[in-house]
Amino acid sequence: MENLQLIIPELFISIMIMFLLIFGVFKKNSSQLVYNLTTVSLVAALALLINLDTQIQPLLFDNSYNIDSLSRFMKILLILSGIFVMLSSSKYIQISKISKIEYPILILCSILGMMVMISSNDLIVFYMGLELQSLALYVLASFNRDNLLSTESGLKYFVLSALSSGLLLYGCSLIYGFSETTNFNQIMVNTKEIEYGLTFGIVFILVGLAFKISAVPFHMWAPDVYQGSPTSVTVFFALLPKIAALTVFIRFLYIPFYELGDQWQMIIIFLSIASMVFGAVAAIGQKNLKRLIAYSSISHMGYALAGLSTGTTQGVQSSITYITIYLVMNLAFFSCLFMLKRNDEYYENIDDLSGLSKNHPLLSLSLLVVLFSLAGIPPLAGFFAKFYIFVAVINEKMYFLAIVGLLATVIAAFYYLRIIKIIYFDPEKEKFESKHNLGLKFTLVASTFFILAYFIYPSGIVDIISQININ
Amino acid sequence: MNFPILSSLILLPTIGALFIFFVRSSNSQYQSSKYVALFITLANFFLSLYLWIIFDKSLVDFQFVEEREWISGFVNYKVGIDGISILFILLTTFITPICVLTVNATIKNRLKDFLIAILILETFMIGVFCSLDLVVFYLLFEAGLIPMFLIIGIWGGERRVYSAFKFFLFTLLGSVLMLIAIISIYWITGTTDVIKLYELGIDAKYQNLLWLAFFSSFAVKTPMWPVHTWLPDAHVEAPTAGSVLLAAILLKMAGYGFIRFSLGLFPDASLYFVPLVYTLSLIAIIYTSLVALMQEDMKKLIAYSSVAHMGFVTLGIFTMTQQGIEGSIFQMISHGLVSAALFLCVGVVYDRLHTRLINRYGGLVSIMPKYAIVFMVFTLGALGLPGTSGFVGEFLVLMGTFKKNILVATIASLGVILGAAYMLWLYKRIIFGKLIIEDEKKMVDLKRFEIVTLWVLVLPIIFFGFYPEPLINSIEVSVANLIDMNDLDKINKLALGE
Repeated sequence: MENLQLIIPELFISIMIMFLLIFGVFKKNSSQLVYNLTTVSLVAALALLINLDTQIQPLLFDNSYNIDSLSRFMKILLILSGIFVMLSSSKYIQISKISKIEYPILILCSILGMMVMISSNDLIVFYMGLELQSLALYVLASFNRDNLLSTESGLKYFVLSALSSGLLLYGCSLIYGFSETTNFNQIMVNTKEIEYGLTFGIVFILVGLAFKISAVPFHMWAPDVYQGSPTSVTVFFALLPKIAALTVFIRFLYIPFYELGDQWQMIIIFLSIASMVFGAVAAIGQKNLKRLIAYSSISHMGYALAGLSTGTTQGVQSSITYITIYLVMNLAFFSCLFMLKRNDEYYENIDDLSGLSKNHPLLSLSLLVVLFSLAGIPPLAGFFAKFYIFVAVINEKMYFLAIVGLLATVIAAFYYLRIIKIIYFDPEKEKFESKHNLGLKFTLVASTFFILAYFIYPSGIVDIISQININ
Repeated sequence: MNFPILSSLILLPTIGALFIFFVRSSNSQYQSSKYVALFITLANFFLSLYLWIIFDKSLVDFQFVEEREWISGFVNYKVGIDGISILFILLTTFITPICVLTVNATIKNRLKDFLIAILILETFMIGVFCSLDLVVFYLLFEAGLIPMFLIIGIWGGERRVYSAFKFFLFTLLGSVLMLIAIISIYWITGTTDVIKLYELGIDAKYQNLLWLAFFSSFAVKTPMWPVHTWLPDAHVEAPTAGSVLLAAILLKMAGYGFIRFSLGLFPDASLYFVPLVYTLSLIAIIYTSLVALMQEDMKKLIAYSSVAHMGFVTLGIFTMTQQGIEGSIFQMISHGLVSAALFLCVGVVYDRLHTRLINRYGGLVSIMPKYAIVFMVFTLGALGLPGTSGFVGEFLVLMGTFKKNILVATIASLGVILGAAYMLWLYKRIIFGKLIIEDEKKMVDLKRFEIVTLWVLVLPIIFFGFYPEPLINSIEVSVANLIDMNDLDKINKLALGE
């Protein structure tokens, strides 16, 4: 029990969930208040997390819970993105009439689940966190229940996710059967020899995880769910679960099965190449921006996996850098999407952007910066993200992966350029509203500035991340 | 060295761009923005002129070197110049104000954005020519795509979208392999610092692949046959200022890259691939000259002539002789001036008649005599008449080539004749003949600002034609050092079996 003060952020969020649930039920019309309180409690959780002294001992509760530098960094990233998502989407929720008290509470639940996932050092703890976040996400995806697409996406996500959870659980049981333990560190000790059952277990778990970060060929849910869900949920989908799943990927590959690198390396390389290429090619024909960004994020996950596939600390660090920059870019992109509003209606087709630069020069400029950055054109942040990945990949002499990755960048550049073309070269359409709430503006300005000015001091983030050690 | 003069050169245009971006112009014509841009670019020109004067031409080392930590423990921001880079910087800062001057007539909408794009582009271009770190070089080399893509796409002609995409994707595809090569160099040698790499050298067994990766990027950018097809499209659709920048400076980045990186870092591989470069250069010279003869669009004709001229440049560089390399550099500077001037000339008549088709013109000499004079100077400069800067470059290149391979030199000389053919024919069709077309008669002769911009270009073309010494003097030591350092001479002798 003496370790309880080390999980204060998680405890605080759990208490807030219960409190807000009761509070929301007893106080009438309190949805906006609950929403704001959720944002405040996320800020408070962030403060608690930053103040946490993790130097004492990273492993808690019989080595099943890990609060080392990796989980600390990832949790800070998670909660920060959570805060920005909340800030940017508040207006959207009101206008699309999904402002109910359950919405922010479900988001908190899911964030709690992700925090548990990030810290898990045991298969059972990991699965518990995963299910907590998934269950909340199923409901969130279909939150706009009067909308056909939204309910479809919720159901689709539920069915496919349940399937992948089943596979994952089967993998966990296989590993338990062959290593006689569920603890990550203990698994490493007990699995010196390769056995088929163990390999199968690894594969099943990787499939489950690949589903969560929507890597090809387990990506089928992503475009539909991204498009169907309310945009405020899509941005949540695009950012937070990726952080959690990537952390589990890192922990899972680099703690229990680090020695078995030759077993999983090929799988990760395949997932990576398939995602990079498929994401780039499939996005070309898209007409809906949310669907397009779904394919784009599939492709981006491919790059993050390329870093992981190296099997080196440097590779992991490059992946973490990549995901950090990816989060900022997507946040900026979705902030722009939230601004495409006219007469209480949000627009999300690429054609709606036509000639945007004439009516909204500043919004178009941020979109320009974000899109070029997503395409990985220097000197924007997106270039550096890819650069670190390729530095790590080429260090391991994986030239094939590097060349495929870079060629996929060129293909991907095409569809990002197409959006820029529509914004800048095409004739203008009707104006959008230019009044937005402060949180949204702040999110957009902050993230765009980060992308634009990253090259001035690229060492900042790299230095922080290079202090993360995995083992 | 206290005052960071190179960084100021690089940053000044960006500061100007930010200023234009944030300060609201009082009237809709953006007059003040134009003056700000002109002032900034001129200031940059005088700064670089001052740099040229205080630059010590007798030293082999890089001068005005600045180094700052950038990506910790990995890449340093490092800039510096030698005799070769200073000329390209001068060319950049000289051409950019001229481009700013042309916006009056050519850019009808969103002038402010255009000026910002040009200023940002100038930052990247100067940066490319003085970066002494491979990653910094790559970063700036690629970054130039963004403003150029927008310049072609927003202010371009009818098929601007196609051309902008083609330009962007071709160049990007070429460059990504260079990125892999740069990272590989880092892992092979432990540094991306060009000066250190010059000292360390790169193991011969890696050189061929690395050379090819760099070549893929530079060949697209030069452009060399067969990856030159983006250039005519980009030139035709870009606004005048865009074409000028593209022809005068962006193409030179690749030639500069060949000298600085391909020769400097991979001397063995460069020798190994000499036949390849010779072949491609000869095809470029002969084939694109023939293609240029058949063009009906003025801008396309000049674009193809650019490809042919750049063929001479690559030919000269890979002779690896003092004359050849000096000639290539001279040719690049001269082509920068001449092609910029030719595109401006096309811009002048296009603004009046709104067509670039050659057969829509004829007999301009009787209504636009001033125009006929300057256009003649540039035509002669382009075909390399003795007394213009074009001659010196081509002559030196051919001299260097003769030393190495007489057959190649002979074929290349044919290109000179073809060059004279298409340029003179173009001149004849536009300027001479009878004034038959009705709306042509309303065309007015050069306005004041056009006279200024064109004569500013006439002067250096003739001056350096008669007195090339200042340019040659500036590059001589650096080129000799490049050859000595990499034993290019020795390699040459081995190749000749001496």
